[in-house]
Amino acid sequence: MAEHRIVFEPEDRYHAFLTVCKNATYGSGTLSGIAVAVKDNISTKGIETTCASKILKGYIPPYDAHVVNLLKQSGAAIVGKTNMDEFGMGTTTENSAFGPTLNPCDPTRVPGGSSGGSAAAVAAGMVQMALGTDTGGSIRCPAAFCGIVGLKPTYGRVSRYGLIAYANSLEQIGPMAKNVADVSRLMQVIAGYDCRDTTSYDHPYTHTPDADITGLKIGIPQEYFGAGVDPNVAAVVKTAIAHLEELGATTVPCSIPSMEYALAAYYVICTSEASSNLARFDGVRYGHAADTKKSWHDAFREVRRAGFGTEVRRRIMLGTFALSSGYYGKYYAKAQIARENVKKDFARILSEVDVIAGPTMPTIAFKLGEKSDPLSMYLSDILTVPANLAGIPAISVPCGMVNRMPVGLQIMGRPFEDERVVDVAYAYEQAVMQ
Amino acid sequence: MVTEKDVEHIAGLADIGINTDELGTFTGQFNAILDYFDVLDRVQGDGVITRDLSNVMREDEVSPSLLLEDVLKNAGAHEDGFIKAPRVM
Amino acid sequence: MTENQVIVGLEVHCQLDTKSKLFCGCSTDYRSDGPNTHVCPVCLGLPGSMPVLNKKAIEYAMRVAKAFNCTVIRESEFSRKNYFYPDLDKAYQITQYDKPLAEGGYLEIEADEAREKRVQLTRIHVEEDPGRLVHMGNAERGKYSLVDYNRAGIPLIEIVSEPDMRSPKEARKFLNKLRATLEYLGVFDSEKEGSIRVDANISLSGSERVEIKNITSYKGVEKALTFEVTRQKNLLRRGLKVDRETRHYLEAQGITQSSRSKEQEHDYRYFPEPDLRPIHVQSWVKDILLPELPDARRERFIAQYGCSLNHARTLTGGLRLANFFEKTVASDPKVLSTLAATWIADTLIGELNYRSMSIDALDPDSITGLVLLLKQDTITDKSGIDVLRVMLDQHLNKQPCEDPQAIVTRLNLAKTAGDTGALAAVILEVISENPKAVDDYNAGKNGAINFLVGQAMKKTRGRSDPGELNRKIVEKLGTKEP
Repeated sequence: MAEHRIVFEPEDRYHAFLTVCKNATYGSGTLSGIAVAVKDNISTKGIETTCASKILKGYIPPYDAHVVNLLKQSGAAIVGKTNMDEFGMGTTTENSAFGPTLNPCDPTRVPGGSSGGSAAAVAAGMVQMALGTDTGGSIRCPAAFCGIVGLKPTYGRVSRYGLIAYANSLEQIGPMAKNVADVSRLMQVIAGYDCRDTTSYDHPYTHTPDADITGLKIGIPQEYFGAGVDPNVAAVVKTAIAHLEELGATTVPCSIPSMEYALAAYYVICTSEASSNLARFDGVRYGHAADTKKSWHDAFREVRRAGFGTEVRRRIMLGTFALSSGYYGKYYAKAQIARENVKKDFARILSEVDVIAGPTMPTIAFKLGEKSDPLSMYLSDILTVPANLAGIPAISVPCGMVNRMPVGLQIMGRPFEDERVVDVAYAYEQAVMQ
Repeated sequence: MVTEKDVEHIAGLADIGINTDELGTFTGQFNAILDYFDVLDRVQGDGVITRDLSNVMREDEVSPSLLLEDVLKNAGAHEDGFIKAPRVM
Repeated sequence: MTENQVIVGLEVHCQLDTKSKLFCGCSTDYRSDGPNTHVCPVCLGLPGSMPVLNKKAIEYAMRVAKAFNCTVIRESEFSRKNYFYPDLDKAYQITQYDKPLAEGGYLEIEADEAREKRVQLTRIHVEEDPGRLVHMGNAERGKYSLVDYNRAGIPLIEIVSEPDMRSPKEARKFLNKLRATLEYLGVFDSEKEGSIRVDANISLSGSERVEIKNITSYKGVEKALTFEVTRQKNLLRRGLKVDRETRHYLEAQGITQSSRSKEQEHDYRYFPEPDLRPIHVQSWVKDILLPELPDARRERFIAQYGCSLNHARTLTGGLRLANFFEKTVASDPKVLSTLAATWIADTLIGELNYRSMSIDALDPDSITGLVLLLKQDTITDKSGIDVLRVMLDQHLNKQPCEDPQAIVTRLNLAKTAGDTGALAAVILEVISENPKAVDDYNAGKNGAINFLVGQAMKKTRGRSDPGELNRKIVEKLGTKEP
């Protein structure tokens, strides 16, 4: 079926790619001939898929993820697998076992994470589009830090079949590109029902971005502009929102009280699910091979010690602890209640306004090596995790600079109103282009 | 507050292998994170989780399995079609 | 409760007879194929794979729940049971923890005191089977394990009883009733190797509970429990305590052995499976049509075929057996039933077990034929057994199978009762050849007649009816002039 080949031999100055497909084939379709990069936690048949971890070095999936099938059917050329934080755990792509990715806007800074490789590949012009994944901000953060557009779809709108799981109830695969139109085109290809994913909805995306936002009501949550957010970043985003008002939207102040514990709930849930999801890497059926001369537990422990990085081991232990007997009620069960409260807060606000706007990240991209303390790293996810907890669509679109580094404007919307969220981003983008 | 012993116990539960030189730092960081999680103690709610989709099932139909060579391709070691694993005591 | 009363509870895992696995489309018909040929990304636990629930498995489990009068709960869900083992490809088993499919219910069994008794059930739930581990190697080459994931993902139903049984025998009866009912419901094939696994909990009242895990045969359950009762009673008799522990049953030696348990108890860290949705199937219960179940069939056999209670119990104890009986007598139940019931229950089953044969190997018509020959008095009971054995052996050895009449003719087994002349000649011969026995009989030793009957049987090569010979010899001797 695929008849044409694309020659892809980029100079990868930013270490965006872990695997490059030099002679990718492509066919006909809506994305015919377009070079697309795929994050390395998405299964690609016959192409090494590592999740940027030593424990999966050499793993070659015998099957394609559903979205990869869809990409192939659309005629796209899959030119390589991009770098990421190991298993999606991180906000800077510094947690990759194979070295960090650099930010094309400033190579002394991080590109964001965990989809840092995909963002850098797009920002550097190596590819037109890329797939990333977003569990707690992993598409939106690198999009904001690298100055590109990234969409986290409504939970369940894009199939997770073939996505190597980190936190099943939170993550989604999503499109990344330099402009909103391309993000929308890629979303159209990957969204839709998959019978192999029980959490997927039958809700295809067929939409051309529309810049008309007259009458739109935008909620401005005080928690997105409070302490912990760099005042310069806040100012740039406020200016961007003022643009939206000029285009016919009105803003309404609002509050999300559950933000107080949203981040804690997020980290309890994602580490709990991760501790279970990552337990299968025992070196028996795939990955870093277990030493069959050792006893089972010794071999298993050794595979994991050698194969998982520090942050991954830390999160597995946190999750194990949160689920353990005696602590389940205090942590996991409470986190689920907290999550329900976050959902309710957003539902309440979004019944009064159409979208919610704020900064994507509390700061600009950090310098490489700047954030070494895990907790302070986790805290930078504060503005992105609520959308994952609530399962709502959220997009980041570049809206200005601070210290010559990009700042992202985040737009969140009601479940299954990804189209509207795209429209608002499009409206802003088109307005500032003039 | 968790102690280094507690951290070792959790590492044992998770079969995760933690180096002795890491233990001190790990425990410190662990405690900082758990302190942060304490905010969850204040969460109030009726505990009713909203469920929208239910009864998602498939028909009892057979679909093709993987070829044996594809199953064994990624395995560290195999013998006569079986996958080799470290012995269980 | 009396002192040292035996208290038994069972947890029974049965493979549900669906075409595809519980969470993927791999075929469940793996037993005759090589290892790892019935696996896919889902049941192999490849990263990125996701489970999708097999509706049939839920329907089957609900049939069982309805048959045992359980309550199907409003919202049921699957949970992950996390532990590390090479046969567990995801390092968690998808099972049901705090929201099982059904709760409560009961089974009725024939209790030790020969009255009907209810064994209460705690719950019924659905879960996936892990893979199969084979241990290999030796001290020199190094021990290792070989894993076959064909079995991984096969749907299991787990039925948990309350500790209501009071003896190993009651446990066996419970299992038999359970097995038969599942067969009748069409959800379970008991002849598939490894299709049932039992964990048994046993204690003597006042003492700690012992768990015996993973017993894989029906007989094994009774044997393991019997051994345990003796072991525990012996401990108490010696003034020692019974330890609360987990043990394994060693089939070959017929004993239980303490498991070398890990220092810590397993913490399975259960949480709801995030890749699956909850199940709301209470409304399905009313539409489930149950087939005739063992108890009802037993009563019908008594009423319709005039079977005794014991025969009816035996014949309805397995689906295949019950079907076989009914097919055998279908052509003329009035004539065939009583004799067929006796022959199948009392003789055929034993002969099949001896040859480890399934009743499915036989054509019911062949038994019908045999029963007719017996009914018509064409052959003696002894000849009947011979004919049966020939038929079974022919099946077993894959030889061409003859029908009973052909065997009778070939082996010349027809009774000589009709041929009174020949019989009379044999009797005269026997009397003249054995004067001492005759004298003994005439002297009042009635037992001597048996010797003469035996000699006559030898001459007729067993084709005569001993009762008839006895009568005729006595008659003859009676007329003899002393």
